[in-house]
Amino acid sequence: MHDESTRREFFGLAGGAAMLAVTPHPAEATPAMLASAIRNVVGTATVQTGKVKLEIPPLVENGNTVPMTVSVASPMAPEDHVRSIHVFNEKNPQPNVANFYLGPHSGRAQVSTRIRLADSQKIVAIAKLSDGSFWSASVDVVVTLAACTEEVI
Amino acid sequence: MTSALINVPAKAKRGDIIEIKTLMSHIMETGYRHMASGEVVPRDIITSFACRFNGTEIFRTDLFPAIAANPFISFFTTVTESGKFEFEWIGDRGFSETATASISVE
Repeated sequence: MHDESTRREFFGLAGGAAMLAVTPHPAEATPAMLASAIRNVVGTATVQTGKVKLEIPPLVENGNTVPMTVSVASPMAPEDHVRSIHVFNEKNPQPNVANFYLGPHSGRAQVSTRIRLADSQKIVAIAKLSDGSFWSASVDVVVTLAACTEEVI
Repeated sequence: MTSALINVPAKAKRGDIIEIKTLMSHIMETGYRHMASGEVVPRDIITSFACRFNGTEIFRTDLFPAIAANPFISFFTTVTESGKFEFEWIGDRGFSETATASISVE
């Protein structure tokens, strides 16, 4: 009887300890860090919603590699083109994901890559146009298996 | 180099917009993971990717730890003449790789 209860206690404690060990608090960027990372790019300019299309699966099974495509509605002419595309996230340890620099010779303002997502969160893409204006799109993504930013190896 | 995969059409018509796909083999260690001893695994990522056509830069990317391992990057360009694309990846710990691809434009 006594043995059984200590055994149960032991496993209970061990289970609890294991839970603690495998779910440490992830270091994550805060919305404030996201806002400041965006400010670093746009300065004091206002960011308008539109023109930018951010394609990313809304439900992600594996946060270690998430396909992402950003495109911008632009004629990509010398007088009217996309200069750069900046992608940010809300809850990875760092708010920046990538910066892409384009020009009128690009022909089409579209880039694709694969990203990591440490948690379900909002992704923001901002395009800088040749006239100095900024346009954005954001998508909320649900991640079931997070990228192992805190994994012990 | 064998560690790079580049997909560029071999031929195109003058003025065509072509897609260029690139993949570089790299661990992209974030610098946020820990070893069992508690030590942080030092960051080891590619920080910059650039593409030049006949010597002129046509595309550039800054990469952060949020880019998945073996970075895949695709983009577009307008081709006006035959020539050579040069690709360059630069990263932590002196990482530097290049690759080239040629296109013939009619």
